[in-house]
Amino acid sequence: MDLQYFFELTLSGLTRGSIYALIAIGYTMVYGIIELINFAHGEVYMIGAFTGLIVAGILGTMGFPLPAILVLAALVAMLYCAGYGYTIEKIAYKPLRQAGRLSPLISAIGMSLFLQNYVILVQTSDFVPFPSLIPEFAFLEPIAHIFGSSDFLIVVVSAVLMAGLTVFIKYTKIGKAMRATAQNRKMALLLGVDADRIISVTFIIGSALAAVGGVLIASHVGMVNFAIGFIAGIKAFTAAVLGGIGSLPGAMLGGLFLGLAESFGAGYISSDYEDVFAFSLLVIFLIFRPSGIMGKAKVEKV
Amino acid sequence: MLLTFPLVGVRFNPVENIIQWRWRNLALVGIGAFVLSALWRWALARREMVMVSAAGQSSFRQRSIWDNRTLRWSVGGGVVAGLVVVPWLVSTYQTNIFISFLLYVILGVGLNIVVGVAGLLFLGYAAFYAIGAYAYALLNHYLGWGFWAVLPLGGALAAVAGVLLAFPVLRLRGDYLAIVTLGFGEIVRLVLENWSSFTGGPSGISNIDRPGLFGQELSVAGTNIYIYYIVLAMTLLTLVVAERLKDSRVGRALQALREDEVACQAMGIDRVGVKLMAFGLGTAWAGFAGVIFAAKTTFINPASFTFFESAIILSIVVLGGMGSNWGVILGAAFLVLLPEYLRAFSEYRMILFAVAMVLMMVFRPQGMIPARSRQYPVEDAEREEGGR
Repeated sequence: MDLQYFFELTLSGLTRGSIYALIAIGYTMVYGIIELINFAHGEVYMIGAFTGLIVAGILGTMGFPLPAILVLAALVAMLYCAGYGYTIEKIAYKPLRQAGRLSPLISAIGMSLFLQNYVILVQTSDFVPFPSLIPEFAFLEPIAHIFGSSDFLIVVVSAVLMAGLTVFIKYTKIGKAMRATAQNRKMALLLGVDADRIISVTFIIGSALAAVGGVLIASHVGMVNFAIGFIAGIKAFTAAVLGGIGSLPGAMLGGLFLGLAESFGAGYISSDYEDVFAFSLLVIFLIFRPSGIMGKAKVEKV
Repeated sequence: MLLTFPLVGVRFNPVENIIQWRWRNLALVGIGAFVLSALWRWALARREMVMVSAAGQSSFRQRSIWDNRTLRWSVGGGVVAGLVVVPWLVSTYQTNIFISFLLYVILGVGLNIVVGVAGLLFLGYAAFYAIGAYAYALLNHYLGWGFWAVLPLGGALAAVAGVLLAFPVLRLRGDYLAIVTLGFGEIVRLVLENWSSFTGGPSGISNIDRPGLFGQELSVAGTNIYIYYIVLAMTLLTLVVAERLKDSRVGRALQALREDEVACQAMGIDRVGVKLMAFGLGTAWAGFAGVIFAAKTTFINPASFTFFESAIILSIVVLGGMGSNWGVILGAAFLVLLPEYLRAFSEYRMILFAVAMVLMMVFRPQGMIPARSRQYPVEDAEREEGGR
């Protein structure tokens, strides 16, 4: 019995962790390249969920089959969020590239507040039920009560996306340019890398991944609301820090770690303080190992 | 910007979940986006031009009318005198608005010490506000302590909490600090919400005593005016302390740290000590304001201390001008008084602030009233030397 409980917690931790990892990738990529915490990233995730909801609503009334709705909703959400990410960067961060550290951070917070209130205005401030889009898989029948098909799909989709991203960064030309920009932007510029374009691409990819996360989790939980992005954003950031900010495998690992920690914390200690665990972990990690699990300690140069 | 234009036009998604097309909105948004993007490009181009022309000019500030000391004092005195008579002229409701305005001035000035003067981005300020408020509420509820006993204690508690929080995170760079303080703010709120047996949970604590005036019973309206004077006195105290602090040894050390940490260490400034002091000094005001807030409303719950609150206080500081206390007053006036008198726009209130925050950072990072560092007139010194 106890063992089964343990497995249940592990699996639900995995599901959560994959979502955190998907969002954390956006943070970590942006941070790696322009050293900015993109506070609006959580809001992009929320907008992804809302876009998915709208698309699913339209297609649902037109009588599409369930899997097609899911795929289309996710794709449209990805497209929209990529557009949002791109626009956010152009409006709120690009003019501030030369400014100090504080200005882009404040501008990011402003952007995040703006997007939240924008959704309140054009949609609603209430919780909106999200249709369950994920079909039941027959082969998961025996363990469906602890690991449903939505959990399965979330874990698989995130794993596939992350693997794809790793390949993309490692082997394509844009990926190479991204790594170069992250290492040394001036040098990359000198060598003919269009840094502005690379930064835009980073925002686009990060936002698209967040959108997938948004659609999947919304359909898993069955509710969306304008505020989901805020908590998810902080937690994903925590995941990015846990793994070592700026490092992709770190973000994935950090996400899983955070998901498991939260799941066990909620399962064995108290579910009231679920969110407190994440924040405490964040504070503890920042104090004792700010470079994260995978990160290397950086010596600050003068 | 040309590239983003189609996106801006299309990205707005005016469809409810029950399908309800809103083509009219879409068209409006499209036109609006076109006008806005044209404006945006024009403003950006103008900014570049201003930057280029400003680079050529010397940085000497023109002597303005405000340099006249007597004039400054008399205007300041006039404003204070005006504020003193306010509660006798307007209704209780208006007095209430003024109380909350002054509370936000205290909070803004306090946060300004940390964000503006020291340049440390602090996103959990509402947590310290909550600490002050709950200190009074709990001590009053369980031990029956009075307002005046708790007022200094609340400030002290908040300051101690600020120093304790700051101690481990000060080694971190600015953006980590922002996240840690944000996390801390959420932790405080969640604990207050979940520790039902002690703090009353989400329903909060009610029936908090109003402050007493030497044991006299006051009517509700009377207490209101009384609290108004307490807040006014507190605000003046805050302003005086913050203004004096800016040019003090600690204040100048903080401003230097904001500009360049490494150089400061080389000059022998105790980096950690000075920053701790900034945190303590900044959070103490939040504690005071919290105690007053609890006494004013006689009811508090965790919902008053969300991240939203921190964001409002932060935007007061940012809009007014980081590091400038007069700017904070103006910012608080904009954010608290304007929405009260423009009820019709209350829906759009927060979205406008958010837009203002972004625009402010892009086009006028120094705020409405930029901070001025103290200047020592050079030409006088030269004249003295020449005459000798």
